[in-house]
Amino acid sequence: MPTLLPTHVLREWSAILTVVALAISGECLIAAAMRRLGDLDHLRTGPGLRGYLGPVRAVLSSPLFLIGALCMALNFFAMLYTLSIVDLSLAAPATASLTFIGNAAAAKFFLHENVDRRRWLAALFVCAGVVLLAK
Amino acid sequence: MTHRLKLSQYAILIAIMLTASVGDTLLSRGMSQVGAVDLHHLHLLWRALFNPFVASGILLLIGFFASYMTALSWADLTFVMPATAFGYVVVALLSRFWLHEHLSLYRWAGIVLIVCAVGFVANGPSLTEHPSGKHSSHPDLDLMDSGAGR
Repeated sequence: MPTLLPTHVLREWSAILTVVALAISGECLIAAAMRRLGDLDHLRTGPGLRGYLGPVRAVLSSPLFLIGALCMALNFFAMLYTLSIVDLSLAAPATASLTFIGNAAAAKFFLHENVDRRRWLAALFVCAGVVLLAK
Repeated sequence: MTHRLKLSQYAILIAIMLTASVGDTLLSRGMSQVGAVDLHHLHLLWRALFNPFVASGILLLIGFFASYMTALSWADLTFVMPATAFGYVVVALLSRFWLHEHLSLYRWAGIVLIVCAVGFVANGPSLTEHPSGKHSSHPDLDLMDSGAGR
């Protein structure tokens, strides 16, 4: 008979995976919003600081951006909760490295980015690098 | 067309690397001065805003968010991601050379891996080409691009 995972392990990993899922949805939604707006330089309304009103208004009125920002805010609070039940030395590298791999996959499937071998390798290297940095 | 980046766009990527890492370091330094905050002492968060380290950390993180979104407006998410990861390297190097902490062999190996990752991606194109104007909702801007880039 297979041994079941202890409940606290299950709870810790579901907290970590929730943080990762919120981070990936947030980043992809924000990236999709920015892709739709195009180069922000083209949206500038004039020279100087006031010229930035155009890009700021465009970004803030994009529904994709607002939902993405909401996901990032929820991600922040989910991370706070996770840190209260999981050690920082596990939570930080686990969420960061899983987010990098998940982002590469989500960028390929949802944003239709050309994730070639070079970019997959980069995602894996970053993932491993983050785990090593946390040691 | 390989989407070469302009000098100002490289500056934005470098801003992403520096603002996130230095901002986080300043926040952590400031919050250690403020002390532990719990549900019964939430007013400490208000006081934390006036700590110079916390305040400058927040300013830098706002700068990070602005430059991150600017970068996403002209580059792929998978292109910008390794740049944000480079922030971890900056934090590690700051703690080694500014705070004089000891870096283990593992951490040096981690730094090398992330630097390699940035190198891989930086050599490739920054934006995925989609057939005629699919990647932008502004066909007129696409026209302008095709005129300027080729």
